[in-house]
Amino acid sequence: MKNAYNFAFFDEGSKKEIRRATLKAVAIPGYQVPFASREMPIARGWGTGGLQVTLSLINQGDVIKVIDQGTDESVNAVSIKNLIQKTTGVDSTIDTGKATVVQSRHRIPEEPLREEQIIVLQVPMPEPLRFVESSEYKTKRLHGDGEYSGAWLVLFEKIMKFGKMTGGAAHPVYVHDRYVMSPSPIPKYDNPRLDHSEGIQLFGAGREKKIYAIPPYTKVVSLAFDDYPFEVENQEGRVCHLCGATDVFFDELEDELTHEVYYQCNDSSYCLKRLNQGGGDNA
Amino acid sequence: MPEVTQEKVLVVKNLTKQFGEGCEKCRKNPEVLIRNYCPHCQTIYATREVSFDLYRGEILGIVGESGSGKSTLVRTLYFDQEASAGEAFLNDYGEGRADILKVSSQQKRYLRDYLLGMVYQNPFLGLKMKFSALSNVAEKLIAAGGRHVGTMTQRAHDLLDVVTIEDYRRKDAPENFSGGMQQRVQIAKALSNNPPVLFLDEVTTGLDLSVQANVLDLIKEIQRDLGISMVIVSHDLGVIRMLADRTLVMLDGRVIETGLTDQILEDPQHPYTQKLVQSLL
Repeated sequence: MKNAYNFAFFDEGSKKEIRRATLKAVAIPGYQVPFASREMPIARGWGTGGLQVTLSLINQGDVIKVIDQGTDESVNAVSIKNLIQKTTGVDSTIDTGKATVVQSRHRIPEEPLREEQIIVLQVPMPEPLRFVESSEYKTKRLHGDGEYSGAWLVLFEKIMKFGKMTGGAAHPVYVHDRYVMSPSPIPKYDNPRLDHSEGIQLFGAGREKKIYAIPPYTKVVSLAFDDYPFEVENQEGRVCHLCGATDVFFDELEDELTHEVYYQCNDSSYCLKRLNQGGGDNA
Repeated sequence: MPEVTQEKVLVVKNLTKQFGEGCEKCRKNPEVLIRNYCPHCQTIYATREVSFDLYRGEILGIVGESGSGKSTLVRTLYFDQEASAGEAFLNDYGEGRADILKVSSQQKRYLRDYLLGMVYQNPFLGLKMKFSALSNVAEKLIAAGGRHVGTMTQRAHDLLDVVTIEDYRRKDAPENFSGGMQQRVQIAKALSNNPPVLFLDEVTTGLDLSVQANVLDLIKEIQRDLGISMVIVSHDLGVIRMLADRTLVMLDGRVIETGLTDQILEDPQHPYTQKLVQSLL
């Protein structure tokens, strides 16, 4: 492959710096490691954090999968995948089981990760305490002191106002009983997947210049009160209209003519896999 | 009425807070200072070697003009500012032998969350203005390890009863409250963990007279019913006369006079205190 860029877009020094931050992040689960977020050919806020992490660790022989809101075919996912492929020449796949590196926005794939796999999540807002404390200087000290009443307070206030812990995404988690971490805007449905995952989970925030990580087999607990336990989105009674799956995270769709509401697997490649295996009722 | 006992809950020794390094001249010879300011090195001595004891169940008043170091004193004791020198001991912490000004920041948070309470002059410092009154009171309970919504809400309701915040306003944010209501929510929050020591910094300043009276009644009731020791800072001698058992008078960062409140008001010794008492309406 002939290419005007260095392998994986960045010069080796840049990749080394990002890898060093990533290694530190893996060594201190849930701790936000600052790094020198670089200019990218896409705008900040469009996945540059995840992309930098992916590019820093990708190797010849890797197989890449990129998803955005659960699908491999959305514009942002395709653009990011093209950039990675054009500058590295690695193969891509939509099959979660065949990928070695999965870059994702908003979802952890339905298929559980294995030990040799890495998932890279794009994070817009890495700081779980930002809503109650706007100063970075202060939040760093709060993390240092393990003072997380701000994160609990946000949940408490939701219970006071709405009678339950509302908020569908980025529900904060305790990592390894030490740091409270924002799991990127994944739905609460995916929070339990963070716990004791076999694969490495990396989080990159390009605009906020932070990298953090959950190493394999790490204890991850979603914040909850004794009398208000953590609950995922209720998916009961929903069935995928394509593959017939029931225990997955769904997209809600509406038929424009009949206004009938129906559901479809949010993870499109998982749905396709089930259809190919003949699992679908309508296949 | 709980008796003021001989037991010291808080002992402060030679507490100094200075802004600036200090120089040869002002360190050796405090007479060069203009009030509390060194003209040679621009250092400001906010508090200078302040020592006092606080007994259980007692209200200690601190009076002085603005800039005399009253607020700095309580803020260093509540760890909002770091003391430059001196020691402080809490009877309920480390058997009264650990200098609370020198412990780690984690331990300072523990002290704030479990053993101390603070009511600021400006409610913006003590409250999260956009969170409901209930959540504000619960915040301190959460910080002290509370994880049961039911019990924390109940405690918050009980305290908001004490400070007479109407039931139908409790889910509103203090940013929509009047100054007096904000101050009462702050008091409820400061009381949430039954702290043995409570600091009150100019709590009635800026409130209208009827609301002032309410807040003062409330403070007196809390002292009577809960036996909490308090340090109350005010420039208003009327407030001090009504509340404080003993009083310190501060000027330019130093304690210039100390004694029973009645004594200080009836028979002031220091010229500044005499002036202060004379100007009392």
